[in-house]
Amino acid sequence: MIIKLLVGRFLSSLFLVIGALAILLPFIWMLSLAFKPQNEIFTDTIQLLPTRIEWGNFVKAITETDVPLYLMNGAIVVIGILVFQLLFAVPCAYALVQRNFKARTFIFGMVLAALLVPFHVTAIPIFLGFAQIGILNTYWALILPFVPTAFGIFLFRQFLAQVPADLFEAARVDGLSETAIVWRIAFPLAMPAATAFAIFSITAHWNDLFWPLIATTDPNLATPPRGILFFRDEESGDDVGPLMAAATLITAPLVIAFLFAQRKFTQGLASGGLKG
Amino acid sequence: MRVLPRSIRETLTDAWLVGPAAVAMLTFIFLPVAAVAVFSFTDYQFGANSFAWLGLENYERLFGSTLGQRAITNTLLYVSIVIPASVGLGLVVAIGLHRMAEWAPGFSNVLRAVYFLPVAATLVAMSVAWQMVLHPSLGVVNQALVALGGEPRSWLSDRGIVLYTLAMIGVWQTVGYNMVLFLAGLVAIPKDLYDAAEVDGAGGNWSRFWTVTWPMLGPTTLFVLVITATNAFRVFETVATLTQGGPAFASDTLVYALYREGFVYFKAGYASAITMVFFVILLVLTLAQFRLVERRVHYR
Repeated sequence: MIIKLLVGRFLSSLFLVIGALAILLPFIWMLSLAFKPQNEIFTDTIQLLPTRIEWGNFVKAITETDVPLYLMNGAIVVIGILVFQLLFAVPCAYALVQRNFKARTFIFGMVLAALLVPFHVTAIPIFLGFAQIGILNTYWALILPFVPTAFGIFLFRQFLAQVPADLFEAARVDGLSETAIVWRIAFPLAMPAATAFAIFSITAHWNDLFWPLIATTDPNLATPPRGILFFRDEESGDDVGPLMAAATLITAPLVIAFLFAQRKFTQGLASGGLKG
Repeated sequence: MRVLPRSIRETLTDAWLVGPAAVAMLTFIFLPVAAVAVFSFTDYQFGANSFAWLGLENYERLFGSTLGQRAITNTLLYVSIVIPASVGLGLVVAIGLHRMAEWAPGFSNVLRAVYFLPVAATLVAMSVAWQMVLHPSLGVVNQALVALGGEPRSWLSDRGIVLYTLAMIGVWQTVGYNMVLFLAGLVAIPKDLYDAAEVDGAGGNWSRFWTVTWPMLGPTTLFVLVITATNAFRVFETVATLTQGGPAFASDTLVYALYREGFVYFKAGYASAITMVFFVILLVLTLAQFRLVERRVHYR
């Protein structure tokens, strides 16, 4: 009985470890090539790990390519998107929960309907509109389409609906304006929802390639995924080491954040399942 | 300053709170959807000054031409590989880690983080890494194949296997997400159900699974299936990074075709028709997902 249990545990652990190694394979290979000297990259024989650590690839990726610019563009775009999303979504969610106005059901219906629309569907007209008003190839083009977030409004609404109404009533009695209540009472209370939403939003837009590929052609505005494709398509095939170093640098921020805040990350990204 | 009547002030406050979000949704979601629907019946091209009505011609072209059919069948094949593989593996890994948590919680947590890593990692950068893993001569996969006496393969430029390679990367990326959803479902199964099953003679691993785990995971499984489907139909990043639909359109998919026709060839009308077909598929899946979310809430 004990032997059967141990054999079972051994076999299932073996399966899980082999699976985990398969998951890690591209990560290991990326890091390995990023730290390998040139002559160890260009070899036909299998050599999983570098024999010595070569920092030159990272130095080259940081000093001789635009990778730092791509990282900065990524930060500007994801933070810009998040700030505007919150500015628009939190007051709307608060009003949907706390205020009695005629159009409330209609607006909530709009939010639910908007949840059904994947971003890809709206790309052609938005591109056309942006071309008309001449803001393609700007940061605005990368940020504006994502400002209305039905998912964000929905998430905040669900969260605020669970907050006792007395809290807001008390603030009103104290003479706070509705705007002040939104930002000084409702928003701090909704911090757990805001964290989950921020993780979801930042991950989604840091990783997005579809819209940056459409809205920008200027390499100076490239977000990290767009930028690494510029880098890859320019290099003639002998810069594999720096390319892998660049891929590492671009992947690192979110992966490190995930490793430090695993529970929050998993929750945030799993909540995105609602959005589909 | 004159004080406005209370009712007007209240209305202004409502408009101030809700207005920006409502206007933004109209501008960036609802108007564009209406515009795409209209474009899909025209021959509109980006930059053109006029357009003509084509009726259903764009749709006929999508469903009737070899290229259009190729994009649709490729997407369906991709989805039909990724769904069962990533849901099945996600379930198996979740059950394995859930059991392991009883005797080695630390190691179980480490493995869980590893499986989830591709979900957090930047898919485009990881696709570039995959390109090197699968590189014809410098890639570790072919080097291992050769070392074992096998034939090296062109994983990304062989028409016969390129779509399967992309599907494999799709599975690699989704298993961890599905695992997390299944783990949440497993934790929610009450312990006494297993005790009761044991009293009823279902003590073995298999009978425990079939009498308790599987039925109790039913709602979670449906939910995971639908989410995986919605994500798989959107496949774009790997295609754009690794194959650009090639070779010879062997890995062309709906979203990539929409991107290429619309934004490389500037055929907005035809690309809008592709968009609408994609939209209808996703609409059905997302509505199903909403129903399931609602049901799940009622279960608890």
